Amino acid sequence: MSTAATVAGPKRGWRNAGTWIGAIIVGAAAFCALFAPLLVPHDPFAQDLGKRLLVPFWMEGTDPQHLLGTDQLGRDYLARLIYGCRISMTIGVTVSIVSGLIGITMGILGGFMGGRVDDAVLFAITTRLSLPVVLVALAVVGLLGSSMTLLVLTLGLLLWDRFAVVARSTTMQVRNLDFVSAAWCAGCSRFRILTREVLPNIASHLVVVATLEIALAILLEAALSFLGLGVPPPLPSWGLMISEAKDYMFFSPWVIMIPGVALFVLVLGINLLGDGLRDAFGTRER
Amino acid sequence: MLQFIVRRLIVALLVAATVMVLAFILTRLSGDLATSIAGPGATAGDIVAIRKAYGLDRPVIVQFFDWVGRALTGDLGDSYFFKTRVASLIGERMPVTLTLGMTGLTIALLVSLPLGILAAVREGTGFDRAVQLVTVIGQAMPSFWLGLILMIVFGLQLGWLPTSGVDTWDGYIMPGVVLAFSSIPALTRLTRAGMIQAMASDYIRTARAKGLSRASILLKHALRNAAIPIVAIAAVQLGFMLGGSIVIEQVFALHGVGFLAWESIQKNDFPVVQSVVMVLAVIYVALTMVADLMNAVLDPRLRAG
Amino acid sequence: MSALLEVERLEVDFGGKVAAVRGTSFTVERGETHCLVGESGCGKSVTALSIMDLLARGARRRAQRLSFEGNDLRGLSDKAMARLRGNEMAMIFQEPMTSLNPAYTVGSQMTEGLRRHRKVSQREATDRAADLLARVGITAPGLRLGQFPHQLSGGLRQRVMIAMALMCEPKLLIADEPTTALDVTVQAQILRLLATLQRDLGLGLLLITHDLGIVARIATRVSVMYAGEVVESAATADLFANPKHPYTQGLLRCVPVPGKIQRDQPLGSIPGTVPRIGPGFEGCAFRERCGFADETCAHAVPRHNAGGTHDFLCRLPA
Repeated sequence: MSTAATVAGPKRGWRNAGTWIGAIIVGAAAFCALFAPLLVPHDPFAQDLGKRLLVPFWMEGTDPQHLLGTDQLGRDYLARLIYGCRISMTIGVTVSIVSGLIGITMGILGGFMGGRVDDAVLFAITTRLSLPVVLVALAVVGLLGSSMTLLVLTLGLLLWDRFAVVARSTTMQVRNLDFVSAAWCAGCSRFRILTREVLPNIASHLVVVATLEIALAILLEAALSFLGLGVPPPLPSWGLMISEAKDYMFFSPWVIMIPGVALFVLVLGINLLGDGLRDAFGTRER
Repeated sequence: MLQFIVRRLIVALLVAATVMVLAFILTRLSGDLATSIAGPGATAGDIVAIRKAYGLDRPVIVQFFDWVGRALTGDLGDSYFFKTRVASLIGERMPVTLTLGMTGLTIALLVSLPLGILAAVREGTGFDRAVQLVTVIGQAMPSFWLGLILMIVFGLQLGWLPTSGVDTWDGYIMPGVVLAFSSIPALTRLTRAGMIQAMASDYIRTARAKGLSRASILLKHALRNAAIPIVAIAAVQLGFMLGGSIVIEQVFALHGVGFLAWESIQKNDFPVVQSVVMVLAVIYVALTMVADLMNAVLDPRLRAG
Repeated sequence: MSALLEVERLEVDFGGKVAAVRGTSFTVERGETHCLVGESGCGKSVTALSIMDLLARGARRRAQRLSFEGNDLRGLSDKAMARLRGNEMAMIFQEPMTSLNPAYTVGSQMTEGLRRHRKVSQREATDRAADLLARVGITAPGLRLGQFPHQLSGGLRQRVMIAMALMCEPKLLIADEPTTALDVTVQAQILRLLATLQRDLGLGLLLITHDLGIVARIATRVSVMYAGEVVESAATADLFANPKHPYTQGLLRCVPVPGKIQRDQPLGSIPGTVPRIGPGFEGCAFRERCGFADETCAHAVPRHNAGGTHDFLCRLPA
């Protein structure tokens, strides 16, 4: 016991720093997402062909009006970046709400009922895992036309597996604990036991999964938009910004550096926060 | 053991069947296929002709079983856009994707195993923390963006590697690295956790009490037990890599199955799309079965049960 | 000639926080059975592990003297220590169920130590393993060699562990509560086996146990440990006949010794548990639970001699 404490000592401090960095990044991103219209210096959609590909502030010949420069159509890069943050955060949160509802329901039912129901849930998880996510999402969006709503629904329908796996295994553990048996004996209904006894006790695990899923959804949205089948232009999704700027990257690498770094930092922040929450709750990823 | 294999096979077949249904439904989502095949300038007569030519005038259920029946004999139909057999099209492109996937997995294992083992051995040290930092960073890295950055640095500025295509073997290096990057965090964490658990176990103490060398303790006794979950995850990761290679193939212009799927989606070439989805899913299912069998080989306790 | 194993003022602490062993001293002579007894948590296992240099990371070992056949073990490199372990000195553990590697056959695990320490062929090593399995009372040794640990019962696994420890003909065998995890009937068999082997092979046996019944039957010498130090050490007969330390007396009252105990007389017990002791602790660690304690027990306690090699650690005179 004592050995573990001494080994974990310095690590905990380091982990803590990571959690705080994550929380600050996520907080800043949430702020940008909520107040994007108030924060942007320019209209993110306004084109100015006379001011194309202006360089950002750290390079020679920058325009003080455009801190992060402009894109190939002369649109302000900072404004697009902030709106892109809004898109990423919206997609991340809504997708994990959709996938969470599906996955948690399935996982709890499977873990709690056992038997045939559990077999069906396991089969659904296995089938879902065998589907290539990016390809199926691309196909759906490609065949039905791209829109934010469709993208969220598609990703939500594809990313519930981890919610289901974790909800199922944790429910199984909780199901056999004394207080659940006590509730049974007290004559509580199944629904009441599930919502009042089981759900609160597995919630911490699910919150950790949710952070992972938000990060994954953001990365996937960016990849799909990069392939031209995610968020429709002219919306400034970070993936789409990278895709549109790709032709200029060999001469002006910053056009893909800026949205790429933003994407990386946001996902990193969410993951760090998730790791911190996992440590704080004392839960383990399954 | 035999019972276990049979059970796994039945589940695998059921999964494959379900995926076929899903892949079929997927391509019918867009409404009238004949209209989209005919294109914008087509007349009503053209559309009726196309519907007849492709058998789309039959009931959906008949179309489905027709497709399934042919698929079981290896006939995946004809591509509308490429005007050739879908099976041969996929067969042509598959080697590129498989080579890419294997390259990615090999690189991922070559990086993850030593990193995970060393981090476990030096648990709690600066090196361990550095490895954990690398896994956190790797997890957050958008693969397509990493591909572009590598292209700029190694392709353009240093000129060491080709930026696209696989005319020479070194064309696989950058895409392989990018693909590996997505699996390195999971594999490294698993290796580290497995090794820490194994190293703390009683049989390692026994091995040390026997006076075995450090290498033998680590690699023979600890890694052998830690490897059991790693093999399972590695197979699954290869499946994910093959499915996820669509992005990488696009970035590096590799004409593999993923690239084919992307082209077909753009062209509404639904026989190709549904076939690729199905083939990738079947490969994934096969890989998980292989992983289960390898686990049984590695873990004597499973073999007996 | 120097003793087989000499331990003097051995100290082990975990990260400077808990002193698990605090100045333990004892000696194991060639061919004798030396028992270390005491309650759980008194530092017996840590003592054994520290002799073999098998302590977990984070533990620190210091000693005034720690020598095996007169050779100092303290400054030994990992490699040199590994050459002794499993070769000159071997150890068996408390948990036979988990002490064998689940991934390898019994034969493979038995032969690898011998093959590392001696230049022998796999054939010869396997033959020796089969001989030893037969010797520890396992029937059909050839079959067992090809089996995996999960196919064996706990008693069989402990026999395998014993046979494995004997592969290189060690001079010292350390057995850390080898029977605690086993069924009662199996316990007796394993103990008899250990005693027989010790006698036949002339092993120095350091047996760690909390069972005084075992001690009475097979020990040559006994050292009683309490809270990380040896509080009393004597030849077995002396200790049972004339226990000096209040803790030893308490322990003996807890055990029904045939002939010594009267019908209807209740067995004794020692109130409380072994305290966790940090560095810098002074005085007698037993004073909280001792019926004879007074304020002088909070200061350094002297070691008294009760005649011959019998000594004990207490303020009360012999």
